[in-house]
Amino acid sequence: MKTFGGPALFLDRSDINTDEIIPAKYLTEITKEDLKPYILEDLKLPGFDPKGEKIRASRVVVSRSNFGCGSSREHAPWVFEVNDINVVIAESFARIFRQNMFNCGMAALELPKEKLDLLFGYAGFADTAIAVDIESQKIMVKGGGKEESISFELSPFDKALVLAGGWVDYADSKY
Amino acid sequence: MGMTIAEKIFAAHLVDEPFHGTRVLKLDVVMCHEITTPIAIADLIARGKDRVFDTSRIKAVIDHVTPSKDSKTATQAKMLRDWARRHNIKDFFDVGANGVCHALFPEKGFIRPGYTVIMGDSHTCTHGAFGAFAAGVGTTDLEVGILKGVCAFREPKTIRINLNGKLPKGVYAKDAILHVIGQLGVNGATDRVIEFRGAVVDAMTMESRMTLCNMAIEAGGTSGICMPDSVTVDYLWPFISQDYASKEAALVEFKKWWSDEASVYERVIDLDISSLEPVVTFGYKPDQVKSITEMAGTPVDQVYLGSCTNGRLEDLRVAAEILKGKKIAPTVRAILSPATPKVYSDALHEGLIDIFMEAGFCVTNPTCGACLGMSNGVLAEGEVCASTTNRNFMGRMGKGGMVHLMSPATSAATAIEGKMADPRKYL
Repeated sequence: MKTFGGPALFLDRSDINTDEIIPAKYLTEITKEDLKPYILEDLKLPGFDPKGEKIRASRVVVSRSNFGCGSSREHAPWVFEVNDINVVIAESFARIFRQNMFNCGMAALELPKEKLDLLFGYAGFADTAIAVDIESQKIMVKGGGKEESISFELSPFDKALVLAGGWVDYADSKY
Repeated sequence: MGMTIAEKIFAAHLVDEPFHGTRVLKLDVVMCHEITTPIAIADLIARGKDRVFDTSRIKAVIDHVTPSKDSKTATQAKMLRDWARRHNIKDFFDVGANGVCHALFPEKGFIRPGYTVIMGDSHTCTHGAFGAFAAGVGTTDLEVGILKGVCAFREPKTIRINLNGKLPKGVYAKDAILHVIGQLGVNGATDRVIEFRGAVVDAMTMESRMTLCNMAIEAGGTSGICMPDSVTVDYLWPFISQDYASKEAALVEFKKWWSDEASVYERVIDLDISSLEPVVTFGYKPDQVKSITEMAGTPVDQVYLGSCTNGRLEDLRVAAEILKGKKIAPTVRAILSPATPKVYSDALHEGLIDIFMEAGFCVTNPTCGACLGMSNGVLAEGEVCASTTNRNFMGRMGKGGMVHLMSPATSAATAIEGKMADPRKYL
């Protein structure tokens, strides 16, 4: 199983699409590692620099609704994976992106708006870090001298995929 | 309680229900292209499992960047080509025979009512036009599909959209689907199947139904889907005439897939489109739509006609009717990419290609190319493209470029004027 958690990057916008996460011109790369420098390259968001230090240090991404919409490219989860970001937390995800995350043994966690707003309350602190416990389905957020625990829902299938390390291993042992 | 068409297809293909709400389905067709498949192939090789579940159920095409533009795209093409040869996949389409996957595979008769279809491409929902459940997936789902012939989905909830009335003159399937996406929003159908019904759909050709279903994903939908009827039978007849005694007999079989009268839908939306105007997008999301009346006069640098949404023969006919005897504006460049070799060849024989070339269009080979900013018409920073494709995301057709989605008719009128124009005055 992968590790989930660490410094958090907050992307305060809905409908962030997979073209913004990894532009199509990089889909000609044939190893996941080669995607690494291009993470979120086309995302234009006030205060966000895709080439900056913040993104390099981050291990968790927090965003709003319909995250990962558009193209089915699994290069989007992969570019997070090779940058050691194994968990994205959002109000909702596009179906294919969410499935791709779990298929890779990564986590796409959905939180209702009130809980997500609570998490976004930590966006302003430079030291905000998030720990995710898949087994107990709890997020621990810490920053600016405070901390709290937030529970999340996870379907048993998605949980099984994370525990199995992804869909290929899961399916190969079952079908 | 009745069943929807999606529920019937799920029931007929159920392999396993490992957890409540998760259905593992047997796949009828697994489609592959050179962008998302090579990494699946590489992973299968690394795992010592370089096998395919059923050679005849796998269809493969090089379509996104073809002919290859550089060493990297040539390597991707080679990986797919070598794999197809190694496994004796006979339905493999290379340079000369290749076209945009979601236009080429239906044309070859690969999709039938009641089928389950996946591809590592979000616009796979197109094939729902045949009464199939067709979903775009990522590379891992594709890899398992290639190896095991199965894929997992959540139980299908359906939004039924009744397109009532009659398409007015100058208004097409593309305008209807842009209008629907405007109503639903970009995540209005996430995890849902969109069932397209009503008099407007009944009157549509298969090509128009494909345009409709193609953009289900732009509202977040897993698959678009239409009821397979006599139009479907006629389209598929060259491929199924050996399987049925008559067209009537085929229709009886096809109708078994239809959603029952007593089906339960999550939502039913009635839209009368008899007074719909041509629709154009204005922002960076496909649900940001306005009528051409509001958008007319917006200058464009490039017009692009093609793609899995609108690169079929009927699209070229409509545009050619408007362009006949006219020239494109000197301030604009226009590109036509017929979606398949057959579309190209038919258009050539009908004299359509002459009309486009005399008007000043550049005609390219069939490829996805410019639609996703990979080749054959990439935009420069600050440029604007009037496009018959399906995505207007920021930078989609080139970093810093702006895309306005529209019908082939509106794109043709726009090419003539060099700024967005109402096609109805040319019809």
